[in-house]
Amino acid sequence: MSLLTSLARLRALDEGVAQPIATVRHCHLSARPMVFIPLKLSGEAAAPLAAMLGTDRAAPHLLVVTQPRNRDLRFAWAAELAGLLLPYIEGFLSGTETVERRGADPYERVLDAPQLVVPNPAGVAFTRLLGRSTRFRRPDGPYPVPEGVPVLGRWLTYFAERAAYPGSSLTLAATEELGRHWASGQSGLEDANLAALTGWITDGPSDEAEDPLIWPPAGPATDPGFDAEVLAPAIESGSAERVAEALRGQLEPTWRLMWRAIDLLGALPAGAGVASRWEQDRGSFSGMAAQLAEGAPPQARRDGAIAAASRLARMERAQAAYDVQRAYDDPLVMAEHRLTGEAFAGEVVETDADRVEGEGRSRKLRPLVVIKTDDPVRLAPGTALGTPQRREQGAELMSARDGLVTVKITKGMGRSKTPAPGSVPEVGERVCYTSLTDDFKGSPGLPEAEATPWTHGGPPPEYVPADEDAVEEWS
Amino acid sequence: MTAGPAEEAPRSPEQVIRDVLADLPRHRGVVVDSPPGAGKSTLVVRAAAHLAATGEPLMIVAQTNEQVDDLISRISAGHPRLTVGRLSASGYVPPLRMLELPGVAVGTRVQDLGDPDIVIATADKWAWISGRTWPWAIVDEAYQMRSDKLLRIAGLFERALFVGDPGQLDPFSIVDGDRWSGLSWDPLQSAVSVLLRHNPDLPVHRLPVSWRLPASAAPVVSRAFYPFTGFRSGTGPGDRRLELTTGGMGTVHDRALEEAARSGWALLELPDRHTVRTDGEAVQAVALLAARLLQRGAVAGSEQGERPVTADRIAVGAAHRDQVAAIRAAGLPPEITVDTANRLQGREYDVTIVLHPLSGRRDATAFHLESGRLCVLASRHRHACVVVARAGIAELLDAHPSAETVQLGVPVKFPDGWEANQSVLDHLSAHRV
Repeated sequence: MSLLTSLARLRALDEGVAQPIATVRHCHLSARPMVFIPLKLSGEAAAPLAAMLGTDRAAPHLLVVTQPRNRDLRFAWAAELAGLLLPYIEGFLSGTETVERRGADPYERVLDAPQLVVPNPAGVAFTRLLGRSTRFRRPDGPYPVPEGVPVLGRWLTYFAERAAYPGSSLTLAATEELGRHWASGQSGLEDANLAALTGWITDGPSDEAEDPLIWPPAGPATDPGFDAEVLAPAIESGSAERVAEALRGQLEPTWRLMWRAIDLLGALPAGAGVASRWEQDRGSFSGMAAQLAEGAPPQARRDGAIAAASRLARMERAQAAYDVQRAYDDPLVMAEHRLTGEAFAGEVVETDADRVEGEGRSRKLRPLVVIKTDDPVRLAPGTALGTPQRREQGAELMSARDGLVTVKITKGMGRSKTPAPGSVPEVGERVCYTSLTDDFKGSPGLPEAEATPWTHGGPPPEYVPADEDAVEEWS
Repeated sequence: MTAGPAEEAPRSPEQVIRDVLADLPRHRGVVVDSPPGAGKSTLVVRAAAHLAATGEPLMIVAQTNEQVDDLISRISAGHPRLTVGRLSASGYVPPLRMLELPGVAVGTRVQDLGDPDIVIATADKWAWISGRTWPWAIVDEAYQMRSDKLLRIAGLFERALFVGDPGQLDPFSIVDGDRWSGLSWDPLQSAVSVLLRHNPDLPVHRLPVSWRLPASAAPVVSRAFYPFTGFRSGTGPGDRRLELTTGGMGTVHDRALEEAARSGWALLELPDRHTVRTDGEAVQAVALLAARLLQRGAVAGSEQGERPVTADRIAVGAAHRDQVAAIRAAGLPPEITVDTANRLQGREYDVTIVLHPLSGRRDATAFHLESGRLCVLASRHRHACVVVARAGIAELLDAHPSAETVQLGVPVKFPDGWEANQSVLDHLSAHRV
């Protein structure tokens, strides 16, 4: 936890209300998010019990497995879920745009993409398990399942995997997103309680958040008291209505909380980088849809050596870009970097806008700007700098001494002999410079999976769908 | 892990090197574990010359540009007739001393180098090379190399010698890699772990003698961090001396330095307190120790003769970058190296001053307990190591036993960071000031 966040948490505790740690929203919020609250049967790894889902806050759908130990009923439930989720997902595939790429064929990208909002990281994990238990099943052969179930499994797997992808907004866990924008006065573990966290942000903390009779757990685990006193007798009674009503009572409070969380996030203006990250999400979603349409096999159970390395490289690249973009978009995030000496802000006290280096053809514009700052600058001369005020600008640190920093501007001044108007900061302007820059260097290629080297076990066997997939042992 | 005979009678470093060279043509890969300062670079240079002498081209992979430059200097000094090509990224400026070396060519493409006996580059640079294979490779600091880097370059060579120190810090990532844990090709594991999991029959040799660590330190480091693969120091108990030429004033800092000069270790214990990471008092103590060490005119005597401990022979180590920045800001002479454990890996000094990773903390996280971190900090010195810490670390450790989630399929790692910390602390407590 950074110093500023620690401070915000202390202040939240002191004032009895959560403190903002972001000035803008760092995630995309869909106009029509799919809120998805799954519940599982306690004591089972991935036995679905119920789900409340929908895109309309006034009309949630409730799906219930009236006897969760009956596998036929579970798959019937999964088919119902597919009946709701697949039309929602596929509804986004109709509107597309053609995207030109350098060095590759153009591709079709959807104009908007679906968004799954679950209550907490455990909800994402359960989504992944649901995907795992359904994507290898087949509508024919032994133990057939309804048509939509394997497709649903592949989408759920996809959404759960995107949740781990830094900066992606295709799948949001409400507590995580709220925690990125507000610091409560409780521990990180307690923040995973949606009721408690939204309480801190809106009305201040209250003991009610921990009373399962007022705010039942946001899932996927259910309250043991409810399990023993309400659910078990209802299931034993054999009455489907009774089970459904009991579960509705457990899910409805969370349903309201989810929309409150969405409203809270929606009240913040979107950060500048959100649109470009959502564009990547749209591209990724289009790619997944194309794979599905081409009849590619379901996602592998585990990443092979090459797939793992490639995913790691993509995720690291995304994480680095996400960190930089958040700092550029949000002065409160940048403040963290100013505290650690990786960024500084201050007033321009002197400029030499027409300064040049070199002679003749190698003559280059290299304006100097002197900035007065109170920040501790811990950057070495020669460090490449960027600035949120002028994103296209490139600069270099010349010297930092006694609160005066000299910066040389190297890029982003236009092509003429003097800098383009406004491209060099003027005396009196407040600017911020940082060593965080988002210049993508590209990562070296990986061998094809068939060329996996001997150090990593050699080429893996090819996956062939088989009947054994259906009899795979799972609970 | 080494086969039979090595367990019975300790082999001399020379014997181990000869075993390694003999094993090279017999196996696709050979691994050499090297404890701190055990002559790893010497081995790499010897093996490079040995392989180059067969007339077959050789590629060398190191992890950082400094390591590459360092290896080139050593190869060039030891075997001036070998031609060496150094591949570098376009932004790299070679140090002047390297351009003057005979037989060394620098270029960004393999074609630019002529046809040298040895081509050497960082793993990152090698990953961009394709279209040619080398019959031999030497991978240096292979335990610091992430296995996904090896994956990118493994197609370039047919056989390889992997050299590294298993006790140092594991590679890391800025993203969570739990989804791969337990896989034999987990990209976040070190290159050697992945190599050995897929090729368990490859021979693993071990350099048995640390030339850097003094007799006072080798047993401590060996016991704590290399519990099953111990090593000994190359020098005897009286061979390394540290003398303070001027008298002390009896302050705790002076007494800590005197204790370190006498015994090779000192623990300067500050009062028990929970502090922020950049603990002002601890930072001040570290800075004062370094300043006093210079003022008192320390002289180091060893098998290499007597020499004063100048600022460039002193290092200050800490766990976090903000601690490093705070210590630098406390006004140390700029020649003294102040850095994090990650960056001190592979370096050597006469005296080190260490801010204990657990000092003043409320909790002991996996980061702070990682045995490699303490191992690096406690094994950079030729003469003495002074540790600065808040009291209460033993209690902190007792309150935080390792409680990491157990992942299926992940080999158990030794040493356990918790146990290693206890072991070092136990030894330091005898040198408390």
